[in-house]
Amino acid sequence: MRTARAFLAFLYDFLVGDDPLIAAAVVAALAVTAALAAIGVAAWWVPPTAVVAILALSVSSSIPGDARSAPKVDPRR
Amino acid sequence: MSRDVGLFVAAFLATAVEGVEAVTIVLAAGLARGWRSALAGSAAGLLALAVAVAALGPAVSALPIDALRLVVGALLLIFGLQWLRKAILRAGGFRPLHDEDAVFAAELAAARAAGRRSGGIDAYGFAISFKGVLLEGLEVVFIVLAFGTNQHDVPLAAVAAAAALAIVVTAGAVAHAPLSRVPENTIKFAVGVLLTSFGMFWSAEGAGAAWPGGDLAIPALIALMLATSAALVVTLRRRLARATVP
Repeated sequence: MRTARAFLAFLYDFLVGDDPLIAAAVVAALAVTAALAAIGVAAWWVPPTAVVAILALSVSSSIPGDARSAPKVDPRR
Repeated sequence: MSRDVGLFVAAFLATAVEGVEAVTIVLAAGLARGWRSALAGSAAGLLALAVAVAALGPAVSALPIDALRLVVGALLLIFGLQWLRKAILRAGGFRPLHDEDAVFAAELAAARAAGRRSGGIDAYGFAISFKGVLLEGLEVVFIVLAFGTNQHDVPLAAVAAAAALAIVVTAGAVAHAPLSRVPENTIKFAVGVLLTSFGMFWSAEGAGAAWPGGDLAIPALIALMLATSAALVVTLRRRLARATVP
């Protein structure tokens, strides 16, 4: 049981990483792409638009309110 | 052509950067706990990776092409965005640069503090090397399989990964020290841009979208990601400069 839990935690960390917003937004963007493509509407522009927005949001949400207090991070991470 | 170049460059750079991290861990384990245990752990890690490739490779290749592109493309995209986000935060000054010397010192201190070994194979040295090789290697396996299967050219991706690994391991063995001069953040930045661009291209195709210009969309996506990332780095640096001005 402990091994299974550890494996699931590893999978989550490996695939989702430390910002779940990225994974959730990518899945949502691809769902919109698939829905538009299914009804015959050009959908190629959805992933690039979404990715630029996701990256900007994820980066800005990682910055502390006080920019001088950059977080200390374990050098091994 | 651009797909083959992208495949080779992404597999080579990703393996190089993960290889540097694995070599640092194995070097620390070898110096602190003995080379026999460190090399045995590394060999076991490589064996586990080979098993993962043997198990996952055929399973991934058996997926229908659209499902493969959608699933693998989405995973590449998520993976690439995580790499890119960290690289941007590091380049912008909001996260410390990955310092192999600091990592090496931390691993060495932890290995020396972890109790004495009692002859034969040292469990700590073995486990640290095994985990280091396996965890860093899994990212490489994923990238190599994702690029290789999507382009029906796993051998080219494997050659790129093997070439990078040979260079990094040889350099580590010769230097007998962490490869701290390798510009890890720049490489992670480049790999993040490539993973994100190819991930977008394949996942959109898998979802049923058609790219204007076909393969020509790939360099355009790479340019878009480079420009976006560079703009974010500039914004972060300006924000940091404003915050540190007294």
